[in-house]
Amino acid sequence: MPSLDDLKKRITSVKSTQKITKAMKMVAAAKLRKAQENAEKGRPYSEKMNNIILNLSSSITDKENAPKLLAGTGNEKVHLCIVLTADRGLCGGFNTNIVKKAKYFFEKIKIEGKILKIITVGSKGYDQLKRNYGNQIVEKISFKDSKVASYLDAEIVGKKIIQLFEKNEFDVCTIFYNQFKNVITQIPQEQQIIPLKSNEVKKNSAEDNYDFEPEEDEILSNLLPKNISTQIFKAMLENSASEQGSRMSAMDNATRNAGELVDKLTINYNRSRQAAITKELIEIISGAESL
Amino acid sequence: MSNGFKLEIVNPEKSFLSKNDVSEVVVPAFEGDMGILKDHISIISFLRPGLVKVLDQTANKETYYVEDGIIEFKNNCLSILTSNIFDIKKIDKNNVRDILAKAEKDGQNPNISDQAKYLIDHKIEVLKSLALN
Repeated sequence: MPSLDDLKKRITSVKSTQKITKAMKMVAAAKLRKAQENAEKGRPYSEKMNNIILNLSSSITDKENAPKLLAGTGNEKVHLCIVLTADRGLCGGFNTNIVKKAKYFFEKIKIEGKILKIITVGSKGYDQLKRNYGNQIVEKISFKDSKVASYLDAEIVGKKIIQLFEKNEFDVCTIFYNQFKNVITQIPQEQQIIPLKSNEVKKNSAEDNYDFEPEEDEILSNLLPKNISTQIFKAMLENSASEQGSRMSAMDNATRNAGELVDKLTINYNRSRQAAITKELIEIISGAESL
Repeated sequence: MSNGFKLEIVNPEKSFLSKNDVSEVVVPAFEGDMGILKDHISIISFLRPGLVKVLDQTANKETYYVEDGIIEFKNNCLSILTSNIFDIKKIDKNNVRDILAKAEKDGQNPNISDQAKYLIDHKIEVLKSLALN
């Protein structure tokens, strides 16, 4: 049985933890609103970009000579995986979920006997992957200093990927990130960005006849690298909204748990206090009786 | 029936500008400046560094500096996607000089491709005219 003093100390300690988690929740909520706004604002750009690329690629008739970023290198030997995570912890299962998804994919690639290369963006992903996949990590990027996801950061990552691609370092590139659905739900996603996979089957109607200036393939070869950066930027925006959302619900849970713990400890504390008083009373009474 | 069309300028972070009724937009397309009026044929093109001029119905002119981008015109709606755009009225002269100095430095690099050289030359030219005004 812990003494009254111990219980008191524990109650204060849990209470101060609760204060911290509550503050973190508030901060996450404020940041979440901002991140969500940013994610929504960024959507038109990536959507339009996607549309244009779809239009362009559907009008390219000569698939053989299409830019490699679109059509692929013809092999599927070397896979490059970009794992986008947060730089901070204490956000529930956010980082673990992405890493879990990525690891599952890595194992699949290994079983198929293909070569795996990893780039981690965000330090938490690196921390979780370095033990098992340390040798496969070719690059780790972290944007700890920038508070909001900016396009420039995404461009840095995009350029790195394209540089590697031009050196024929890989054939297929996949990115992993969390898609923000709502505060409680974030869905880990894998998305193949090189070669570009368009799930939508585009029908070539008469209205879609565009004039191209310069030629289609020239526009495409200019556009596709930009699209890589855009996709990464989109993933980063979704990720930052997800991170804040996940942290908010995690901290909300923590605050609630701390509250429950405080209640339980207070009851314990009161009981032991009462017991001590009763004990003292009995001692006095039995002392008086024996006189 | 008005003879205006819709203009949307989007950058990765947000929607930069959206106007419902513009009468003419001049964009610095890769192969030369291109003026777009209502009922232009559907077109996709990309931009080199230069000035985007927007004229609305009252012949008010707004000018923006862009560094790169893609334009799409379809059904009387012009979308400009760009990662770098400034309103030249709000632009800071010192900022222009900084970008100019960097562009000039890049231009001296002998290892760049002809296309990159072409883009940088245009950039320097436009920035110089901006810095002088």
